[in-house]
Amino acid sequence: MSENIREIRDLVIEYRTDDAIIHALNGVNLTIKKGETIGLVGETGAGKTTIAKSILRILPSPQAKVISGQIFFQGQDIMALSEREMRKIRGNKIAMIFQDPMTALNPIKKVGDQIAEAIGLHNKISRAEARNRARAMLETVGIPGERYSEYPHQFSGGMKQRVVIAMALACNPELLLADEPTTALDVTIQAQVLEMMQQLKEKFGTSVVMITHDLGIVAETSSSVAVVYAGEIVEYGTVEDIFDHTGHPYTIGLFNSIPQLDSTEPRLKPVKGLMPDPVNLPTGCKFHDRCPLATEECSVKVPGSTEVAPGHFVKCLKV
Amino acid sequence: MDNVLKDNMELNSDIMSWKKRSRFAEIWKRLKKNKAAVVSLFVILAVFLVAIFAEQIAPYPYDQQDFNNIYAKPSSEHLLGTDGLGRDILSRLIYGSRQSLLLGVFSTAVAAVIGIFFGAIAGYYGKWVDILIMRFFDVYQSIPMFLLCVTLAAILGPSLKNAALAIGLSMVPGTARMTRASILSVRGNEYIEAVRTINAENPYIIWKYIIPNSIAPVIVYLTMAIGMNVLSGAMLSFIGLGAQPPIPEWGCMVSEARSVMRDHGTLALYPGLCIMIVVLAFNLLGDGLRDALDRRLKNGGA
Amino acid sequence: MNPILEVVDLKKYFKTRKGMLHAVDGISFKIEAGKTLGVVGESGCGKTTLGRTIMHMIPPTSGKVIFDGKNYEKPSKAELKELHEKMQIIFQDPYSSLNPRMSVSEIIMEPLILKGGMSKEEIRKETIKLMDTVGIAQRFVNSYPHELDGGRRQRIGIARALALKPIFIVCDEPVSALDVSIQSQVINLLLDLQETQGLTYIFITHDLSVVKYISDTILVMYLGQMVEMAPADDLFENPLHPYTKALLSAIPIPKIHNRKKRIIMQGEISSPINPKPGCRFKDRCQYAGAECDNPQVIEEALPNHFVTCCRSKEIN
Repeated sequence: MSENIREIRDLVIEYRTDDAIIHALNGVNLTIKKGETIGLVGETGAGKTTIAKSILRILPSPQAKVISGQIFFQGQDIMALSEREMRKIRGNKIAMIFQDPMTALNPIKKVGDQIAEAIGLHNKISRAEARNRARAMLETVGIPGERYSEYPHQFSGGMKQRVVIAMALACNPELLLADEPTTALDVTIQAQVLEMMQQLKEKFGTSVVMITHDLGIVAETSSSVAVVYAGEIVEYGTVEDIFDHTGHPYTIGLFNSIPQLDSTEPRLKPVKGLMPDPVNLPTGCKFHDRCPLATEECSVKVPGSTEVAPGHFVKCLKV
Repeated sequence: MDNVLKDNMELNSDIMSWKKRSRFAEIWKRLKKNKAAVVSLFVILAVFLVAIFAEQIAPYPYDQQDFNNIYAKPSSEHLLGTDGLGRDILSRLIYGSRQSLLLGVFSTAVAAVIGIFFGAIAGYYGKWVDILIMRFFDVYQSIPMFLLCVTLAAILGPSLKNAALAIGLSMVPGTARMTRASILSVRGNEYIEAVRTINAENPYIIWKYIIPNSIAPVIVYLTMAIGMNVLSGAMLSFIGLGAQPPIPEWGCMVSEARSVMRDHGTLALYPGLCIMIVVLAFNLLGDGLRDALDRRLKNGGA
Repeated sequence: MNPILEVVDLKKYFKTRKGMLHAVDGISFKIEAGKTLGVVGESGCGKTTLGRTIMHMIPPTSGKVIFDGKNYEKPSKAELKELHEKMQIIFQDPYSSLNPRMSVSEIIMEPLILKGGMSKEEIRKETIKLMDTVGIAQRFVNSYPHELDGGRRQRIGIARALALKPIFIVCDEPVSALDVSIQSQVINLLLDLQETQGLTYIFITHDLSVVKYISDTILVMYLGQMVEMAPADDLFENPLHPYTKALLSAIPIPKIHNRKKRIIMQGEISSPINPKPGCRFKDRCQYAGAECDNPQVIEEALPNHFVTCCRSKEIN
């Protein structure tokens, strides 16, 4: 049985601003196994980035408040850890790469030094040794080691993202959180970067949480999928479960709204309406006002997680 | 045709109200949340009122001397005491508010009118116009304000008005740069490109698009500048280049109190405090305005 | 039948400190009325500049733009006005393409007010009609753009583009900044409008699945040049240019079965400044050979299927 290296239980997070309370996460349950890539799919505002940031405990404070829930990392509830202990984990055991490579790197520091810095923070080694490892890391991501002393602005978008990945993987973390790592890149560069991530993942045995809104990327990289909507996981299962036996109406809607290269439908079938305002969530099932299958019951009763097949969970009253 | 996007549809333009929510209302709402800024606003309004109604409020004329009563301690007759010539300090402070505000506002107005004009032209038209104007200001800015004042004083004679003029003129390059930078950042926006495709002319674009969108940082800058200029004016008067005695300008009052500071410290303290309060108020108001005018800070991005 | 738009050898160069930037370097095509030409390419290929040059928002360096039978060469102010009444543009970014100081109705009305000739009441009626057409509820008449979501903002942009009743619209990545489910709503809207109003589109995008869905013909650009142009289905079924092949294989397919092997292109796009003669794709091309150093020629390899590759016959 594969180890569960990460488990999120009943996580509820709110963001408090001057005007209102944003219900970012409303009871998220998630399990990440060792060595697997789990795709976290959803649209803007669904809460995927919040989930990732809460795993690393880098939620913006003081606005973000964890109302309840626990996150277990190798048996420990990291919500209970002190900041000092958390720092030993961040970058070392869990790393994160963000969407925009343009702003993720320090523009006034050499690229190689930034990687070396990450290595040096978590390993008691000499500066020279850190630099060597950084150079090796650059080569691993396909950047010639000579470019160690160059600055971020001398790299293109795709290469910057590779540097960011090198930084993230430099300490050989057990879990990598990738927040839309290729959205800002061109399609051909995206293919290169995803391919590289796949190879690295296999080489290092890292578990990956791949946050994306692109179902194509999910199909390509993930073994499990969690679909996020309005701060909840509405469907979870293996990639076969989600693609071949789609359960939740929202997931079905997502598949219907993307133009398929081999389809002959004259019109797309978009999901009507908009994602609910996280300040003002609907009662009952949060998807009911957009759902083609919704009934009276759905506006009143909050659906629990139904196991429609072994390991395949759907949050819907109509399954 | 199942159009999934239609919200509610009723072609009824008569009943509907076309009145827009005023932008000022929104800005005021945001400003209100900043307590310091609101307090500062009231302080400034109070100072303005004092300045306007000085004749009515002040118990004595500012230059009424009383040699029997010099350096008097605060009493019911003279709430803050008197100075070396027996003049009532409180009255002088009250009249002084008029001088200091005049200084601050007039100098800022000079800087604003000239600076915004040139900055806007440089920012909007760019190219050689921009280069010409900016190089001119580079040279201009190298002249210290001090020197400008001394020169003006020498030519025109030292007075409050000339000090205000000098301060204003020395602020022109800064204001111009500020305006230009703001306009440059707005000019690059797509909505400017967009409006050109519907055949808008340059004056229309400048009036309806560029100015409303770029004015906010300039307003903040100018608000804080008033405060700073009051201070500069006080400094100039302190060294004798601005308001001349017996004008009760606060800086002037501090200057006069210099020689007797050890024994009669309050003579310098009161005007000094007044300067400080006014400058602080304008700064805090400017700060509050900056937050209130910049939408993005509040909403945290798209 | 005469095409509604014909572009002949259009070029746009920009002078930079490092040299001459060839943003658009000799593009030619024709579009029939009521059809959609999709223009695809990655960042730096010049597709956005192409759109703006056709609209004459930037003056072309050389080449012809013949629209609705008229050759717009160094157009006068009056001619530009006339052009823009028939040809409009929808921008990519629904956040930055709308004046934050104007309300929804003001933005939509503006083209009508600037054009003149309509009473206030008529303009208001027309604005409501436009909002209705694109699907914005009337209650948003006085709202400001920043209060609305991306999808609605984009619809404001579409309504504004429709105000002058154009016959041709340049859509510059109109859905790239939107969420997936909103994208499909807006794409459906554009298709509906094309049907009901007989509009012709140039649809610029980097998203290949969207472009196939909406286009009749597709033009693939690379570093300012056309590498391939063909009817949409033909392009996807039978790509002839190595770049097109790599581009198509790079798209992540949302399917888990029958996955094809991908062609992973090496290297990065070269600089559009002072490009060397010969094929601009050769340093990344797996089929590059000696002939690739010669200036490339556009051939009609199959009926209506154009390609710029000296080795296309051998490769396919």
